Amino acid sequence: MADSEMTLASHEPELQHHFDDSGQQLESSTLGMWVFLVTEVMFFGGMFGGYTVYRNMYPEAFASTSHFMNVTIGAINTGVLIFSSFTMVLAVRSAQLGQKKALIAFLILTLILGCVFLGLKYVEYHEKWVDHHIPGPGFQYADSRYFHQAQILFFLYFAMTGMHAIHMIVGAGLLTTLIVMAARNRFSATWYTPVEMIGLYWHFVDIVWIFLFPLLYLIGHTR
Amino acid sequence: MNHQVVSVKVYAAVFCALLALTITTVAVSKLELGEFNFIAAMTIAVIKGTLVVMFFMDVRRATSMTKLFVGAGMFWLAILLVFLLSDYLSRGWRPSLRWL
Repeated sequence: MADSEMTLASHEPELQHHFDDSGQQLESSTLGMWVFLVTEVMFFGGMFGGYTVYRNMYPEAFASTSHFMNVTIGAINTGVLIFSSFTMVLAVRSAQLGQKKALIAFLILTLILGCVFLGLKYVEYHEKWVDHHIPGPGFQYADSRYFHQAQILFFLYFAMTGMHAIHMIVGAGLLTTLIVMAARNRFSATWYTPVEMIGLYWHFVDIVWIFLFPLLYLIGHTR
Repeated sequence: MNHQVVSVKVYAAVFCALLALTITTVAVSKLELGEFNFIAAMTIAVIKGTLVVMFFMDVRRATSMTKLFVGAGMFWLAILLVFLLSDYLSRGWRPSLRWL
């Protein structure tokens, strides 16, 4: 009896009883998070596949729509997102070292960069709105040959960047939760699993953009 | 899992490499390389993605089980894209077959 009480009292408060030690607990969380991220890879993979099929079916229409993509904003947003991944990884590092102030500062910086990305996305979507490039009844296109095909490609553009933006918004909410948790001293050098897991999510969303940027903005100008 | 803290220098180097690759991919897209534009853009994107997965997501230090799951995810994505495209691209709907 005395033995079991001692075992219960000796481990870290964050360790759940069905794990041997905190290392095993963290491994389980990491593996579980990756299983979720793989389902996300499949989800975005389907859209990338559909996009590739349509781009091969209508290469001329694709080439004409690609002139309306704002490469400057796309490139700046790529930089912003890479920078936010860098600050996120520094936030996880601060958590590992138990530096609460640095952790909160880096999380806030990551959140701000995420909001900058979404703000620039708004500017881009607004451009498309003003130019009547939103697929649907109000759609207008300069080259009437591609009126229908261009709508498919703009639809894919909005579906893919839109799903990505929704993931960014979810990520911003998760970062806000982390900031509140960190401010309430919920994390320590021995337990910071949510910071690390949401970090994985944030980097995943960054990777999706790393592939979206060249596919939607860069290739296709030259054909 | 080895949880020694990685130095800021390593993360900063990866960050600089990612920015340099972003500038490279934009610069290459301005050149007229024909089919090679797509290959170059995708090669750079894969390198960038690998850097993020290995260093920022720390898969290089993850357990074998996690690495297996990540690898399986990539493999299933390859099945999805290769089988999908081998169907559509072999139907002869396009007169001349282009690079993806």
